[in-house]
Amino acid sequence: MDLIKSVLNNNSKKKKSNQLLETWKRLKKSKLALVGFVILIILFLVAIFANVIAPYGYAEQNLKATFQFPSAKHIFGTDEFGRDIFSRVIFGSRISLEVGFIAVTIAVIIGGLLGAVAGYYGGKIDNFIMRSMDVLLAIPQILLAISIVAALGPGIINLMIAVGISSIPGYARIVRASVLSVKYQEFVEAARAVGSSNSRIIFKHILPNVMAPIIVQATLGVALAILTAAGLSFIGLGIQPPTPEWGSMLSSGRGYIRDYWYMTMFPGLAIVITIFALNVVGDGIRDALDPRLKN
Amino acid sequence: MSENNNLLEIRNLTIHYITDGGTVYAVDDLDLSIGYGETLGFVGETGAGKTTTALGIMGLIPNPPGKLVSGEIYFEGEDLLKKSKKEIRGTRGSEIAMIFQDPMTSLNPVVTVGEQIAEMIKIHENVTKQESLKKAEQMLETVGIRKERSKDYPHQFSGGMKQRVVIAIALACNPSLLIADEPTTALDVTIQAQVLELMKKLKEKYKTSMIMITHDLGVVAEICDKVAIMYAGNAIEYADKDSLYLKPMHPYTVALFNSIPDLEIDQDELCVIKGLTPDPTNLPKGCPFHPRCPKVMTKCSQNKPNKVEAEPGHFVRCFLYEKDKIK
Repeated sequence: MDLIKSVLNNNSKKKKSNQLLETWKRLKKSKLALVGFVILIILFLVAIFANVIAPYGYAEQNLKATFQFPSAKHIFGTDEFGRDIFSRVIFGSRISLEVGFIAVTIAVIIGGLLGAVAGYYGGKIDNFIMRSMDVLLAIPQILLAISIVAALGPGIINLMIAVGISSIPGYARIVRASVLSVKYQEFVEAARAVGSSNSRIIFKHILPNVMAPIIVQATLGVALAILTAAGLSFIGLGIQPPTPEWGSMLSSGRGYIRDYWYMTMFPGLAIVITIFALNVVGDGIRDALDPRLKN
Repeated sequence: MSENNNLLEIRNLTIHYITDGGTVYAVDDLDLSIGYGETLGFVGETGAGKTTTALGIMGLIPNPPGKLVSGEIYFEGEDLLKKSKKEIRGTRGSEIAMIFQDPMTSLNPVVTVGEQIAEMIKIHENVTKQESLKKAEQMLETVGIRKERSKDYPHQFSGGMKQRVVIAIALACNPSLLIADEPTTALDVTIQAQVLELMKKLKEKYKTSMIMITHDLGVVAEICDKVAIMYAGNAIEYADKDSLYLKPMHPYTVALFNSIPDLEIDQDELCVIKGLTPDPTNLPKGCPFHPRCPKVMTKCSQNKPNKVEAEPGHFVRCFLYEKDKIK
């Protein structure tokens, strides 16, 4: 009897973190997702400690050492201004991560809010919001981003806004569909019977129940945002020199790809590895959250 | 116009649902009253209008398609139907609370039970989050669940315990009226007995009035003081429990009691009421029960019977008991 009591008492202390722990355990089962996760962590650390890791400044020109092949002094070689590509790739991680996560955060918050309101209230409000989203969706995402940047002007903030806005309709749709599936469940009516206001019901009851698809889409969305930002910088909109951004580095290295392949390969590789890691982690999270949904 | 000292007074309540397939006459000209500390049993088959009445009292009828055609609901002397949305939201939970039918789905799966009880308290009382969680733990103890479990999620409880949690939520702010919509239907018999015991105990402790919606006459006998029998949106009989059980008057009520299997007599077949409950979009003319009534008369298909006090405190809607000559 005492043994049972002590076991029960111990269990109650661990209860709070159990949900997160369970999801993490399931995520760990996929080796691929784990690899991706580790890569992301390394990426974050590189971005945070860029100052410490990078041997040179990202704008440090050395006109006597231009177009150097990878060597001990410059691991990734130098570009047309003699800037160390390794350092630029490292600082570039900051930009990419910033743009990716902030753009997605903007899109998730605004899109999520619009989708939740449309799904919960229905009727004319739903119609108005979703038809507006349809208008945005009719334009290809990158084209929309281009037009927004063209209107606002280049620069990292405008880039985040452009990529964010062009992603909003996708999240609005997902959240609206999820809200629709949850809002007729009995615990929502029970919450109403308790006297909850509409906003309370949306934020405390409905949204927590629809987090899974949003999380998955957001993870994959960061990858897409980084790609879009790289694409925009590639064509000259977006990040302006000398700020290092992997896409713009591809762009400037494009003319020298025949002779100095390393100028495009390393930033390109950085993009590939980041996108791969994000995709694989997104898949892993989706799979990890699924069994809980079936509960 | 408010009445003597009844907690709840429903007059001429009529609720329709306007759908594409026709108008559903869910509740028709309903009269009811519940005194302080009383328990009213609301009995009827599926589709009789019991849940709709409960939702009407709570102001939760979805609009559209629901439409409150007429009637008054006096709660503590004030007409609920004339109150603003905000005022009604204030009464929900603190003065009138509702327990829903299926405990499996009426709890939010991603919020701990302690937080769900605390939410009720926080909405209506001016307390800090910590205080509300403490009160939530006390409520859990009151319904017989260890307070250490307040950090558990609903899926970690059994059906009976979930229903206890739901009851704890409903009673957290000590409402004067509790509406229980078939609270034990989804539970097995032994758990049903436990939950009913708990409800009786809490009723005594908090002096709550209760509307118990059920289709089980056994449950009614356990816990109710007065009983209303619903058929096709009408309250066809209404009396205190003893009068109803000892002397059921309406043919439908009589048939209901007859259909209960008797443990002492050998029966080859169960007694059924012939026919089916009427299509609520297409109710029969006159008394809604007349197509199935063993004692039907010609005038039953022409006019609807009015409410008659056949004996003191015992009301019936049936021409059999009408004393004066009516058209």
